[in-house]
Amino acid sequence: MWAFIHKLGSPKWFYAISAKLQPWCWAVAALLIVAGTVWGLAFAPADYQQGNSFRIIYIHVPAAFLAQSAFISMASAGLVFMVWKIKVADMAATVMAPFGAAMTFVALFSGAVWGVPTWGTWWMWDARLTSMLILLFLYLGVIALRGAFSSRDSGSRAASVLAMVGVINIPIIKYSVDWWYTLHQPATFSVTSTPSMPMTMWLPLLVMVLGFYSFFIALTLMRTRSEILRREGSKRWVRELFQEAR
Amino acid sequence: MQEGSVLQGDTPPVRFDVQGARGGVSIALIATLRRDLTLMLRHRGEVLNPLVFFALVITLFPIGISPDPVLLTRIAPGLLWVAALLAALLSLDSLFRSDFDDGSLEQLLLAPQPLAALSLAKVAVHWLLTGLPLALMAPLLGIMLSLPAGSYAILSLSLALGSASLSLIGAIGAALTVGLARGGVLLSLLVLPLYIPVLIFGAGAVQAAIMGDGAGAHLAILGALLAASLALSPWAIAASLRISING
Amino acid sequence: MAFTSFADFLAMGGHAPYVWSAWGVTLFLLLASVWHARLERRQLIKGLKRRERRDQAHRATQQDTAARNAAAGGGHHDT
Repeated sequence: MWAFIHKLGSPKWFYAISAKLQPWCWAVAALLIVAGTVWGLAFAPADYQQGNSFRIIYIHVPAAFLAQSAFISMASAGLVFMVWKIKVADMAATVMAPFGAAMTFVALFSGAVWGVPTWGTWWMWDARLTSMLILLFLYLGVIALRGAFSSRDSGSRAASVLAMVGVINIPIIKYSVDWWYTLHQPATFSVTSTPSMPMTMWLPLLVMVLGFYSFFIALTLMRTRSEILRREGSKRWVRELFQEAR
Repeated sequence: MQEGSVLQGDTPPVRFDVQGARGGVSIALIATLRRDLTLMLRHRGEVLNPLVFFALVITLFPIGISPDPVLLTRIAPGLLWVAALLAALLSLDSLFRSDFDDGSLEQLLLAPQPLAALSLAKVAVHWLLTGLPLALMAPLLGIMLSLPAGSYAILSLSLALGSASLSLIGAIGAALTVGLARGGVLLSLLVLPLYIPVLIFGAGAVQAAIMGDGAGAHLAILGALLAASLALSPWAIAASLRISING
Repeated sequence: MAFTSFADFLAMGGHAPYVWSAWGVTLFLLLASVWHARLERRQLIKGLKRRERRDQAHRATQQDTAARNAAAGGGHHDT
């Protein structure tokens, strides 16, 4: 088991192992997202109060979950890179950031759009949206910092430190924003926390959440493989991959 | 390097080369504190800048929004806190930059004492000459914003506590960006999201004092945030300094 | 089925612009992510193949030159 994990740290082995995993992840992701989409859009019941705009939950919640999970994954990969000097971990962290930021944007956009028929306004400073906005800035900071250094290794280490500092702050920020919001808006209706959802509503949600996670894994595998090619391009094993037969 | 004589019988040999790890660190800390204090006090302009900025920003708000005292009273706690926060952010760039430019930061990295401790000393001086003056000046500006009575002491206290956290957290960002050409803009992006919890509880403390609810809980949380920053930031600052210098 | 007709489905009970814009942006970003990842990979591979071809050609000409020099040089053994 440890040997396997150890092997994953080698770019060459990761490249080979991920080649086999990748198609399965894509297949699962495609299946779950298509099924979840059809189910959520066409078959699940509309909400009693919000009508059909409730269907936005099927992308808002998965995107929000993924936005947070991707940041945690990115920070964990950064930790692995800093402590054990495993370059593949940094490559994975590099590719996770833009997708995480995109998912954060999706959560914000879908939340804002959802707010129009629900609250009558395009933006609402509720706890969830405000936390998502701050998370987006954290993502942009990590991406910008990584790119600001002329040496790739320095950029990687700086981005790892920032990601780790950020991940510690995320629960603090969430708690603070939650507290701040309840203080200023006593009778709140939070779009995203509807605990008593009938199964016909939360099953497609579960499917979509799992689909989004599979997508994230598949995309990360694919882009990490590209990153390996990019960084290790001059190594022999890469060259041998692309040598034509003479 | 001198070595004590082993012929001293019962007394253990005295070594002068290393006065014990503890002794070395405290000496280095005091030296760093004194050096930074001296340097900062020499550049009075740099010390006054954040205070002037604080005052100017507070002046901008009534001009930009409305001079109506009733309105200003309601938003005063938040305005004061945001303006102080921005002034503190502004001062962060000078925390490491001059030392970076003249090479003394590299010397600091080479010192045998733990970099985390030395960084803490630098941040302490920074807070003493930035955050603390902001906290002491705030009540004056509070008067200009019609801040209700009974909240002035809490205003200063919350700012004093909070700005210490802001200095510590901001120093991480300053350390990460000190070697970059346009580090200033990036610094704001990195640090402001992390400032938000301090802002929420700091402004909240003042608002609670105005409402008569008692700001104890808020101040306690500010204290907890400070404790966490004190415990964790020095290591992050040290790691960041190493990246910026060695990179 | 939650809707009685396809027209109803598209109308989303009056919430069409919201539901479709939200879903549209999301699916667009997902597909764009995949497309970008594949494009990136294709470009990297193209570059690597091109470099490999260039290196092989370079090595081939080097070998030819070395062989010719050895034949022309005859008994001279240079290292």
